[in-house]
Amino acid sequence: MRGLRLGLLLSLLAAAPAAAERSAVILATTTSTQDSGLLDVLVPLFEKKGGYTVKTIAVGTGQSLALGDRGEADVVLVHAPTLEREYLAKGTLVNRRLVMHNDFVLVGPPDDPAGIKGGKAAGAFGKIAERGSRFVSRGDNSGTHSKERALWKAAGIAPKGGWYVESGQGMGATLTIASEKGAYTLTDRATYLAFKKRIRLAILLEGDTPLLNIYHVMEVNPARHPKVNAAAGKAFADFMVSPEAQAVIRTFGVEKYGEPLFFPDAGKPEPGSEG
Amino acid sequence: MELIWEGIKQSLGLLLTGDPEVLGITALSLQVSGVATGLSLLVGIPLGTLMALARFPGRALVVSLVNTGMGLPPVVVGLFVSILLWRSGPLGVLELLYTPTAMVIAQFVIAAPIVTGLTLAAVQQIPSQFRLQMLALGASRVQLLRVLLREARLPMLAAVMAGFGGVISEVGASMMVGGNIRGQTRVLTTATVLETGKGNFDLAIALSLLLLAITFLVNWALTWIQQRRR
Repeated sequence: MRGLRLGLLLSLLAAAPAAAERSAVILATTTSTQDSGLLDVLVPLFEKKGGYTVKTIAVGTGQSLALGDRGEADVVLVHAPTLEREYLAKGTLVNRRLVMHNDFVLVGPPDDPAGIKGGKAAGAFGKIAERGSRFVSRGDNSGTHSKERALWKAAGIAPKGGWYVESGQGMGATLTIASEKGAYTLTDRATYLAFKKRIRLAILLEGDTPLLNIYHVMEVNPARHPKVNAAAGKAFADFMVSPEAQAVIRTFGVEKYGEPLFFPDAGKPEPGSEG
Repeated sequence: MELIWEGIKQSLGLLLTGDPEVLGITALSLQVSGVATGLSLLVGIPLGTLMALARFPGRALVVSLVNTGMGLPPVVVGLFVSILLWRSGPLGVLELLYTPTAMVIAQFVIAAPIVTGLTLAAVQQIPSQFRLQMLALGASRVQLLRVLLREARLPMLAAVMAGFGGVISEVGASMMVGGNIRGQTRVLTTATVLETGKGNFDLAIALSLLLLAITFLVNWALTWIQQRRR
């Protein structure tokens, strides 16, 4: 009996998968690319090409950039142009390339108490603050949060007060909170579409240029962090802008939502306005 | 309520159809938490017994530290283990971050104080007269230890249950050191967080029910062992 138990324990130990293979590439990325399911399609495609396995760490743009900055990731896929440029300037992340975009939408209670419907982004944020309508912010240094801060800044407002709620959580949780509280919030379209059925929030503002949500891929600079798997990071970045991946991005989500969730942009000029 | 009912139906469906991804996630949960609990027993039982029987200066402080360790927040453990395992960290050369081994390490750190603390309490509750009597009857140290551990075996099984229950249900450390990587380090708790984030509440409920069922089955088996020899 004792021998059996010991044997069981040992077999469990032996079965615990061994340390990482050298060919693993660590991808730090925003939650939206994972939550939308896009990476579940793209990553296996990349792995099938041989050579590399991908460890996707979906943690939000702020943390992804920080992990890349420390050399704890090999490649990052993020959506906060202002933040991205800071790391480019610092030199820890290199070779920033445009991958795709979709857009942010301003959602809120269907009866729209602040009357923002159909206007421009800056005006809408102004009205929400003026009326003190409740607004739920991600408050987590994510790409969406970074965009939201840029939009407040553009509207000339420093949001503060009882009406401004910081959730500190992911987009899905934040949408649920906004719905329960009858509040406004800024969301990427993909997550909104995924949650639409379960929340009482309507799209009140969309299509304004500042609401573009732009994704870039960046490699971690091996000159700064010698331990980085630079070849693997570059291979993944190259793959993301390859015609094959771009074709997948073009049609992803059409089947489920009747519209694409992302628009491929590789090789195109940088879209006009950024957060 | 309808949502919960949907979740129940879906979890049964996932089990009956043997969805390979869900089975893999479940197996990894059991494997990681099982190994972590096993290792914490190997360390915690001798350590707890030693601390219960030995008298040394500063013992009260050490016992307090162990008791505090029983309530270690998993996120705190996750953060420190992550930093240790980072490429730039002291153990970076091992390249263990984002592997099941890293999750075992973190869960071991969570479970070991629980097992140690409860073993300590279990052995200590045996009256000291009993020990003296054994020694007076000419028992050797080894014999004494064996009898004491046999006497304490019921509460010690509770230690196993508490240790396993603590790690199979934690999400903070597994998320941080494992990274919730599909097919590699995704376990039931991190998958539940992910599916909730995706808005797939029915699948999230299904995974939660699966986790509860497994925890129940393991505890039921341990309780059976515990109670049968009464």
